[in-house]
Amino acid sequence: MKKNFFLLCLFVVGLSNAQDYFPKNDGVKEDNNNYTAFTNATLHVTPSKEVKKGTLLVQNGKVVSAGKGVSIPANAVVVDLDGKHIYPSFIESYSGFGVEKPKRKPSQGRRSPQYEASREGFYWNDHIMPENHAISKFKYDKKTAKEMRDAGFGVANTHIMDGIARGTGLLVALNDQGGDQYRILEDQSGQFFSFSKSVTSRQSYPGSLMGAMALLRQMHYDLDWYAKGNSKTKDRSLEAMIENKGLISYFEAGDKGNNMRADKISDLFNLNYVIVGGGDEYEAIEGIKATNARYIIPVNFPDAFDVSNPYMAKYVSLADMREWNQAPTNPKVLADNGIRFALTTHDLKKVSDFKSKVMKAIEYGLDKTKALEALTTIPAELLGQSNNLGTLEAGKYANFLITSGDIFEKETTLYENWVQGQKHVITDKDQKDIRGNYTLTGGGKTYNMTIKGEASKPKMEVKVGETNFPAKLTYKGNWVTFSFSSEDKKETNTATAVIPKDGKSFGGRLIASNGVESSFNASKISEWKEDDKKDKDKKGTKAEIVPITYPNVGYGNVQKPTAQSMLFQNATVWTSEDAGILKNTDVLVKNGKIEKIGTNLNASGATKIDATGKHLTAGIIDEHSHIAALSINEGGHNSSAEVSIEDVVDPEDVDIYRNLAGGVTSIQILHGSANPIGGRSAIIKLKWGEEASGLIYNNTPKFIKFALGENVKQSNWESRSRFPQTRMGVEQLYVNYFNRAKEYDTKKKSGQSYRYDEEMEVLAEILNGERYISCHSYVQSEINMLMKVAERFNFRVNTFTHILEGYKVADKMKEHGVGASTFSDWWAYKYEVNDAIPYNAAIMSSVGVTVAINSDDAEMSRRLNQEAAKSVKYGGMSEEEAWKMVTINPAKLLHLDAKTGSIKEGKDADLVLWNDHPMSVYAKAEKTIVDGAVYFDLEADKAKREAIKNERTKLMGLMRAEKDGGAKTREPSKKDKIHFHCETLN
Amino acid sequence: MRILKNILVTAVLSIGLHAWAQQTPAPAQSEIICITGATAHIGNGQVIENSVLVFENGKITFMGGPSAPLRGKIIEANGKHIYPGFIAPGKSLGLIEVNAVRASDDEDEIGDFIPNIRSIIAYNAESKVVESMRPNGVLLTQTTPQGGRISGTSSIVQLDAWNWEDALVKEDDGIHMNWPRSFRRGRWWLGEERGWKPNKDYQKQLGEIKDYLSSAVAYGKTSASSENEGFKAMQGLFSGSKKLYVYADGEKEIIDAITLLKEGNVKEIVLVGGYEAYKIIPFLKQHNIPVLVQQTHNLPNREDDDYDLPYKLPKLLVDGGLLVGIQNSGASNFQTRNLPFYAGQVVGQGMEKETALKLISGNTAEILGIGDRYGTLEVGKSATLFVSEGDALDMRTNVLTHAFIDGRMISLETHQTELWKRYMGKYGK
Repeated sequence: MKKNFFLLCLFVVGLSNAQDYFPKNDGVKEDNNNYTAFTNATLHVTPSKEVKKGTLLVQNGKVVSAGKGVSIPANAVVVDLDGKHIYPSFIESYSGFGVEKPKRKPSQGRRSPQYEASREGFYWNDHIMPENHAISKFKYDKKTAKEMRDAGFGVANTHIMDGIARGTGLLVALNDQGGDQYRILEDQSGQFFSFSKSVTSRQSYPGSLMGAMALLRQMHYDLDWYAKGNSKTKDRSLEAMIENKGLISYFEAGDKGNNMRADKISDLFNLNYVIVGGGDEYEAIEGIKATNARYIIPVNFPDAFDVSNPYMAKYVSLADMREWNQAPTNPKVLADNGIRFALTTHDLKKVSDFKSKVMKAIEYGLDKTKALEALTTIPAELLGQSNNLGTLEAGKYANFLITSGDIFEKETTLYENWVQGQKHVITDKDQKDIRGNYTLTGGGKTYNMTIKGEASKPKMEVKVGETNFPAKLTYKGNWVTFSFSSEDKKETNTATAVIPKDGKSFGGRLIASNGVESSFNASKISEWKEDDKKDKDKKGTKAEIVPITYPNVGYGNVQKPTAQSMLFQNATVWTSEDAGILKNTDVLVKNGKIEKIGTNLNASGATKIDATGKHLTAGIIDEHSHIAALSINEGGHNSSAEVSIEDVVDPEDVDIYRNLAGGVTSIQILHGSANPIGGRSAIIKLKWGEEASGLIYNNTPKFIKFALGENVKQSNWESRSRFPQTRMGVEQLYVNYFNRAKEYDTKKKSGQSYRYDEEMEVLAEILNGERYISCHSYVQSEINMLMKVAERFNFRVNTFTHILEGYKVADKMKEHGVGASTFSDWWAYKYEVNDAIPYNAAIMSSVGVTVAINSDDAEMSRRLNQEAAKSVKYGGMSEEEAWKMVTINPAKLLHLDAKTGSIKEGKDADLVLWNDHPMSVYAKAEKTIVDGAVYFDLEADKAKREAIKNERTKLMGLMRAEKDGGAKTREPSKKDKIHFHCETLN
Repeated sequence: MRILKNILVTAVLSIGLHAWAQQTPAPAQSEIICITGATAHIGNGQVIENSVLVFENGKITFMGGPSAPLRGKIIEANGKHIYPGFIAPGKSLGLIEVNAVRASDDEDEIGDFIPNIRSIIAYNAESKVVESMRPNGVLLTQTTPQGGRISGTSSIVQLDAWNWEDALVKEDDGIHMNWPRSFRRGRWWLGEERGWKPNKDYQKQLGEIKDYLSSAVAYGKTSASSENEGFKAMQGLFSGSKKLYVYADGEKEIIDAITLLKEGNVKEIVLVGGYEAYKIIPFLKQHNIPVLVQQTHNLPNREDDDYDLPYKLPKLLVDGGLLVGIQNSGASNFQTRNLPFYAGQVVGQGMEKETALKLISGNTAEILGIGDRYGTLEVGKSATLFVSEGDALDMRTNVLTHAFIDGRMISLETHQTELWKRYMGKYGK
């Protein structure tokens, strides 16, 4: 309603008029329908359409026409802009302009987290606030408006920058005159979303990125159900979502990975998000391109690190150094890949840095036309305002910039920023350009004087012959004031003069240091020109940009590895099959598969690898890992089946590479153990250099993490309010969830209408045998309990992971048919592992349980061969059987044994070549191969180390040069790398 | 009421932990023991094949072979290996039982400069974690207080004892100091930015150490009017009767630590950690600083570091000519039984096996100041040693048949082996 009301006002009365029906007491009511004509300007009508010596005609805040041969009405004020340029004003498509950011809700010193929502009558999660309208909090901020106009912006899209669903925003012209009734162009310019929780509530859920994703998905499912009138209660959040339908949706993602995450949600519900990126899109441009989304991109290119202290500089990672070097190429890379994007000041510390950042992007290859599009036509299009904004075409708002020249040149002055036909002066455009070379005479002397630099803020040089007289100059309006003195300060002259209309020679009063006044004359010899040589130099020293790698961090690959044909000759082959350990055997790898095992095999084009004295094994599989993930626990609810680690796989984690160096080829990234019902797993191959989607197995088996014991009852931290607090409660929680899932599934299968519930969907998959449980477990009572619960619901637990007291109930496990994935020798870290013994694996194995050895630890994960060997020591297992515990057995537990986990013809070529007995503490992986491609190679690793050293040296040199050149730097820093374990809450 | 109940439960539980007593300590050696036929790894770099080892009254009286007069009770160990008992420095073994059970935790006292805090009186000789060390060959440890700037005073103990007095090998052997970091993690819980940044308080923290040292020196020069147990505890550092174990990893920190401590009159300094010690080997040599390097089973500290830097670090230092031992102060106590495998890992990086062995035996004993009594299989030293079926540095073959502390034949059973046997019995295996 409001929206239409405002628009109506705007169209009927126009900007310069008072509102028709408003009384006026401070004067008389009169209209001004005059035109303003800007003549002889270079008009940038659109980014690609330039008109020289053109005329721009505006009236009542709108463009009437622009171009050549515009007829100027008699009642026009004519402004001659000879030599100047007119551009459409820039459009800020993403900001919090004029909307105060909510304050963080202070902690109330609660011992337990807050699990429930604080509000009533709204969505069940406080971080979903689509019912918020920025218009209700908006207060025009003159100070910021000026900063933004000074940077070239004419309108800004703004909203409440807080929460996951943030409600609607507004579009406002940065017009100081009039009032909100004029300047607010749209009071519901779109709806806004992010993955970040609101600061106004301490509700725990979601406590992770994957939780935020799940919450957004569920909100949309709930919305669909609610919109069909199924709810018996009122939900003002969902009502608002219904009302906001059809508005443009903006999603603040903030980095390349999150862009793709947002896009996944966008695609699922057909939301067509406009995504606010992070500036690192160039690192994963293929994936970004594949989103097919439109972007709003920040230009907050990082400052160089101050690397002057080598003891501090060493902490800066190569990846962070590269970011400094490469990030300014981001806009160019986006443009080159045909991605439609607007540029934003969002994330910049100072809006006034904007121009220099955009110029930097241009210096790094962004085409000027593309830059202009990203500031005018594209944001107009993203905002759905192409008819009103973004160009100088007739009918659009008279939002334009008057500049001294090309807007992306350093020396160019921005004179005026007109918004809705209202003039906002930034620099006096009528001020003459006094730059030039002069002969200055005064006080009986003659000097050579040069005025140079930026026209509106010129600098002065005074010389006699080669002797320099340091000089200062201020130039305001048409008055110039300057002083210059000899080096010894004995001779100081102060002068002031009025600049004549022609802006050439000038003269005035000169006051010497002894107070004697005389007159001076400065006669112009020539116009000032930027030093050609300097100009050339600048162009000659184009910034050196180091190439990106896959992934774009230290140890990344210059090229993504591809499958090769390889023949391993004369190896000791640990098959992990009935075939056992084969001596003097050849293995041929082709097309990513194990082609043939035998003796004296024919190479036929394959690379021969002499494996004499070496051992070839299947790649190690870690059933329980937490590397390569951005979050591990969604601890906000006691069941989080709706979240999935697949959503948060981090393909840039250097621990992937380190795992490869330890012979690991596949891992299951499990959710943590914060909840009895955790989240879904990601099962990945360690294809270092692929994007997240390239790591996850095709047709991956479906897994979910469950957990028992101290962690789920929150025994070891201050939390006393969440059910369950005892093992007794854990059982009832499972029973309850499975009861509900069963009812849900029955209803769904019956064809009745039902509310799609992702959590229930996942649990129903378990009941239907489509998803497997890997359950974190320690003591025998709870292990037994879960098997009984599963049996009651007619399914089987697939794997008990950790299972430290498994040896106490191994017979029951065998009967139930569950496998075990355990630590080799961990214990004593909490009460429930008192009876954990290193003989566990051997005992369970002897009873006939399928046993794997896992890590749950980024360090141990890269030595799983040694961990398996401990079962030879503890419990006397045979080496062959022990080796299976890190290869085929975990493959079986993960239902991957048809593909990987052993050396068998036809299986995936996931292999490791060891220089020694693979279970010896002395063994090193020489080559680790995934799907027939070499992902780790000892020799290549050496080369990578050298390359890292060299590149660091080079980048530090470049950074030092930048510092010496006077650029801002920042102190060295290192990102906080979290090595996740089960118990890490994040 | 609920809280009280929980406290009670916790208390009962932690008492319960001790309810299963450990193995009964062995009686003093009563007869001469002679081990024959084994490969003896002396712990000083030497190996004797087909050896004869004799010990009586707790001391080694003969080490040689193959031909030697056999005396006393003969233990035939043909094809087996003999090693000196391994020594684990810088651990809080016996000071904490279960990491997550606060009631069982006695490792870290409040206070920044508390050298007078003594680990030995809290050492739990009956800890189940302690007894689990022995089947892997770890027979001695330096039980060490944790935390703060100066954590307190450690003592060296043997791992088969009735009580802490009984366990003592060397009382109050050294003081442990955690050197400040010049680059530290943002304390986000105090509102600082996350991530690592230069530590702006570093110089101030160095000043605090300097002040404490000079105050302690001044205190020692007069008969003080009032007792100061902290300063008193420091005096051994200035006389050289106690060692200062300084924990530092960065190049700058190590240089600062050695320089400042030397200036502060500390006589015997041992560097603990030393992640970047390999970059300043000449400096460490010049100052004659031994290094107790971090355990090899660690991740690199920085993402651009070599994946195997922790694996090869001891080798880099040894190759540089430093006296090196391995400690795992950064790991959970239960991990200390993996000490032999930390040394084994270095062999994979090209170190000689016998050199690697020194890192956890002879060198460590020398660094800890007990080299005259422990650490190698040399005549006159304590008969603290074990027999293994195979190579004790490799997990496949580290299988002990006998172990002795001061000549006493100790039990190799533990709470864990008992459970193993009990349940194998249950399944009829």
